[in-house]
Amino acid sequence: MIEISNLCKSYGAAPVLHDVSLSLPRGGITSLIGPNGAGKSTLLSLIARLIAPDSGSVTVDGLDVTRAPGPVLARRLAILRQENHLVARLTVRELVGFGRFPHSAGRLTPQDRAAIDRALDYLELAPLADRFIDQLSGGQRQRAFVAMVLAQDTDYLLLDEPLNNLDMKHAQAMMRLLASAARELGKTVILVLHDINFASCHSDRIVAMRQGRIFAAGTPAQIVTPDLLGELYEMQIAVREIDGQRIALFYG
Amino acid sequence: MSRLAAAVALTAGLALASLFVGMSHVSLRGILAGQELDWLVLVESRLPRMLALLLSGASMAIAGLLTQIVIRNRFVEPANTGTMESAGLGLLVMTLVAPGAPVIAKMAAGAGFAMAGTALFLAILRRVPLRDPMLVPLVGILLSGVIYAGTAFVAYRFDLIQTVLAWTQGDLSGVLRGRYELLWLGAAMAALAWLAADRFTVAGLGRDIASSLGLAHGRVVALGLAIVALVTAVVVVTVGMIPFLGLIVPNIVSLALGDNMRRAVPWVAVSGAALVLACDILGRVIRAPYEVPLGTVLGVLGSGVFLVLILRSRDRAA
Repeated sequence: MIEISNLCKSYGAAPVLHDVSLSLPRGGITSLIGPNGAGKSTLLSLIARLIAPDSGSVTVDGLDVTRAPGPVLARRLAILRQENHLVARLTVRELVGFGRFPHSAGRLTPQDRAAIDRALDYLELAPLADRFIDQLSGGQRQRAFVAMVLAQDTDYLLLDEPLNNLDMKHAQAMMRLLASAARELGKTVILVLHDINFASCHSDRIVAMRQGRIFAAGTPAQIVTPDLLGELYEMQIAVREIDGQRIALFYG
Repeated sequence: MSRLAAAVALTAGLALASLFVGMSHVSLRGILAGQELDWLVLVESRLPRMLALLLSGASMAIAGLLTQIVIRNRFVEPANTGTMESAGLGLLVMTLVAPGAPVIAKMAAGAGFAMAGTALFLAILRRVPLRDPMLVPLVGILLSGVIYAGTAFVAYRFDLIQTVLAWTQGDLSGVLRGRYELLWLGAAMAALAWLAADRFTVAGLGRDIASSLGLAHGRVVALGLAIVALVTAVVVVTVGMIPFLGLIVPNIVSLALGDNMRRAVPWVAVSGAALVLACDILGRVIRAPYEVPLGTVLGVLGSGVFLVLILRSRDRAA
């Protein structure tokens, strides 16, 4: 359970989050959607203690994220941000192996190795395991980073636009993978997504944000409606139900 | 592993050769026969010089790797981050303030100044966000130039230019028994970097990923730079500045092996030692009976290799 209360954050004079309160139960996939600059990524970074709030608090299973020791939190919660620029040349297996750092502090046990192999298989990276990251395509690199946070084996998984750089096939595979991680492994997955149809088809909950506030939160059926999306994005969006899934139409 | 053994054997060969190159004649036969003069030169001069080369080469190369990992830039080393020049300034200040201080106190002051210089460099980088990674070493070279100019000015005023030159010019001709042992401390620091290798590699993944993995990123970066400052100060006070070593050795090892520090450190140490041994031997034979200082040989060789590395990285980026 993640409890966010009265969170405020501004960068210089520009406020990014205004008094955000939200509670996210354990399990399932929660997608954060909303226009650019709504504060989605900032909220995700605050939950993962990558940045410090101006005021307000975040607790993860009762742990205050700004006070909990780094290694303790790192065994419960993992985050992957959008831009991951590596200067160091590491192989895919080495990078994924560092996902085990909170557990092993570098000395990999057989369990660690098994977790690394599982994560590599999950993301179909086994054939590329011994390649250097700088020899991979953008999409392969993105999958390697996701494999790293998966190997971290935390209850909470926070991903900022994990579908970036992925083609349709791998975007779909990524969403299915995250859904199965939530369903089968009981993980709580929180995503920032730009593609509202992926959010609609795979989420258990959608949190819509706008101008630094929570605009609406609920199930896909409650959020993916022409009125709500139209107001959220300030454009006309039609919604059709196709094969039991609510699809937003905004391409025409 | 066997390739590393071969590299160690090559370095040992160079180290052995280093014992028998120089003005005074030392021969294996003389040593075996117990000739007094041969033994004297060996123990008082050649052996200390060889050990000084091994220790400074290995620890400076590791310091370069560590700098690159924690600053997250391929093209930095203590010589272009303000670290080395600040260490020289610290030594000068100690010479002025406490001329009689033991060399370890001078070294400590040098390390303190080196830390402060690196911190200044990082503060500048934070204020001037640079799009091109190549600009980072450029800023460092400018800062180093300013610090060196200040050092030279003060030294000139107090008639200490000779002393400063001894630090800026990496030169091992003056290494004798009793004048190099501080380098063991530098090597111990570099070994510490190996022990904490995983932490540094994780810190090198960037602040966000390192924090997500539970690492106190700022503290680990500070520890890394403290090790670099200490190693640099030790090397500057005993043999003088050795340019390019910390730059080219880690980059070449990285091309072959990658940057997982735990794996790279032994290679970087061995290659660094081999490179300075080779350059020092070259400097001793190239215009014998005179010596070309190690710093000069490495400056010529290193700048050439550095150019190739830059051009390569441009090709890869394009």
